[in-house]
Amino acid sequence: MSKNLNIHVEHVTRVEGHGNILVNAKDGKVEKVQWQVPEAPRFFEAMVRGRSYEDIQTIVSRICGICSITHSLASTKAVENALGLEVSEQADKVRVLMHYSEQLQSHVLHVGYLAAPDFFGAPSVVPLVAKAKDVVLAVIRLHRLANEWSDLIAGRTTHPVTLIPGGLTKTPTEKQFRELQEKLKNSMADLTAVAEAVLSVAGNIPDFTRKTEYVSLKQDTPPTYTFYHGDITSDQYDGTVKINDWKTVANEYVNDQSTAKWTKWHMDSYAVGALARFNNNAELLCDPAKGVAKLFGLEKGNCNPFMNTVAQIVESVHVVQESIKLIDELLTKGLKTETVKSSPKAGKASGCVEAPRGILFHEYEFDKNGNCVAADICIPTNQNHANIQKDFEKFVPEIIDEGEDAVRLKLEMLVRSYDPCISCSTHMLDVQFV
Amino acid sequence: MSKPKIAIFDFACCEGCQLQIVNLEEEILDLLGAADVVEWREAMSEKSDEYDIAIIEGSITRPEDEERLKKIRSRAKVLIALGACATIGGVNKLKNKFELDEVKECVYGKDAGKPHLDTALTKAADEVVTVDFKIHGCPIDRKEFTYIVRSLLLGKTPEIPDYPICVECKAKGNPCLWEYGQVCLGPIIRAGCGARCPSSGFRCFGCRGYVSNPNVDAAKDVIEKYNLSVDDLKTKMVLFGSTQEPTL
Repeated sequence: MSKNLNIHVEHVTRVEGHGNILVNAKDGKVEKVQWQVPEAPRFFEAMVRGRSYEDIQTIVSRICGICSITHSLASTKAVENALGLEVSEQADKVRVLMHYSEQLQSHVLHVGYLAAPDFFGAPSVVPLVAKAKDVVLAVIRLHRLANEWSDLIAGRTTHPVTLIPGGLTKTPTEKQFRELQEKLKNSMADLTAVAEAVLSVAGNIPDFTRKTEYVSLKQDTPPTYTFYHGDITSDQYDGTVKINDWKTVANEYVNDQSTAKWTKWHMDSYAVGALARFNNNAELLCDPAKGVAKLFGLEKGNCNPFMNTVAQIVESVHVVQESIKLIDELLTKGLKTETVKSSPKAGKASGCVEAPRGILFHEYEFDKNGNCVAADICIPTNQNHANIQKDFEKFVPEIIDEGEDAVRLKLEMLVRSYDPCISCSTHMLDVQFV
Repeated sequence: MSKPKIAIFDFACCEGCQLQIVNLEEEILDLLGAADVVEWREAMSEKSDEYDIAIIEGSITRPEDEERLKKIRSRAKVLIALGACATIGGVNKLKNKFELDEVKECVYGKDAGKPHLDTALTKAADEVVTVDFKIHGCPIDRKEFTYIVRSLLLGKTPEIPDYPICVECKAKGNPCLWEYGQVCLGPIIRAGCGARCPSSGFRCFGCRGYVSNPNVDAAKDVIEKYNLSVDDLKTKMVLFGSTQEPTL
């Protein structure tokens, strides 16, 4: 097998946004390995300046079509923290339920439509219809359920409209919640079918590990496998860091070899996403989700980035189970009609939630009229870029003997396993082109 | 007769409109039966240079993207702008309210001068090439997408509403959001979404763009009735960057 590699994948497919892979190797020696992002920058932090606190969510939701609920929640929490607005217990629970719907939607989209074709050796989900029709139909049903769920609570599938500073414009009725709960209970069969299908091809998941740091939210009171509340932690750090201090975690820097702005905390790079959440909080998963993790042999401390896709399946089961419980809690207390009022005030604060693909930070400053004077947004994919680069550097020499096609495919799979959302990240990403 | 070839291309955007196509679920398979989707980077690995219908998502923000769009136009018989970023510029147009150098410095600091971070004024697709059809909204409505694509495949001209959101909102029996102190753009924005946002208790923020002849006088009457100023309305009208400037 040739030991020369010359790989240039322009615009990796089946990921959200544009990314390139560049590898050069001569006589078995890797000369250059690079992960590049050529997406058109969009400048959200500059564009929100001068806009009212009431319009921030409407604008920044458009950072990403796949995780629009997440961006909306992070920005709304930041606005509420800056203006000192309280959110009722009911609205808080409904928001968590809204957030779970997006975790399921995004995870099913990634596992079923974007990542799984690799495990089955197919170029897209379409040829899979012939190969594994029942599983594709299960994926479709789950994806539709997640979308109907977002629609019901967020007012739309993509770019929510019920979320306003201080609460929500609208809450579903008891009947609507009951119907949703029934559908969630019925979806467990489809989730199991998808898990089993991926398990049947789990032998095609590359065996690659690299010790790195995993960063995610952590919630102690009450102990929760959290996507929405809590503070920041990592597997290399015993305590937690307050959300407003997120910059001491991200530590964005410019690298000497490349001008890419990367993030690092205790190690050379860190990873965020489903595997990071699992590695930090796995003991807090519900039993059915723990069962799925066990099927795949996924345990805390796993350092194989390809297992992020498996962690997403585990989390899909968890959010469905938790939502069934959450609806019971809401209905047992009885739904109330709430009126939300807010008024402008000067202030500066951050908001943080877990996007399906990892921890997300938004920070805003407002003047006394409630108009935005400054914004800073730190996206999960941006936090993963350095980690992807470091993975490339270790992975390529390990597989160099497999030839150019195999190396290309495995690197594309590696990028996809991070479930990157490149449109999101490019509003502040900085990459060198060669 | 061979099936028409469809290709989907994205420019600067959140890709949420492509996601609505994915959200069609099984209906995509019906579409695949009537047409060949030859390129769609977000969902498929296949790529192609031959197509009859090009669907463009996103707004145009760089000179190289203008060239790419012109090339696509020259190859396609029919070009469709998909979603607010392509039809009216979308939120990306907020950038045009600032000096471009200052915008770059605000986000990238001392690295702002690097060539790959270059940006030009945001343009909608029809500010660069001729657009045959527009599928409005942020994001697009999946039913409207299916209707327009199906019409084109059948050789028919799709009808796109040119009356304001208020028509659909009233038909749904929603209470007017102006009564609740919200500055809603319903009176001047193009219908077709079923008044989705006002139906969820949230003001229309104009993602479908203006109707072709907005009744500005009526909008002014509404503003006066609720004791607000034209400026209050203008701050909401710029959010989605309609190619029409606020002319109140």
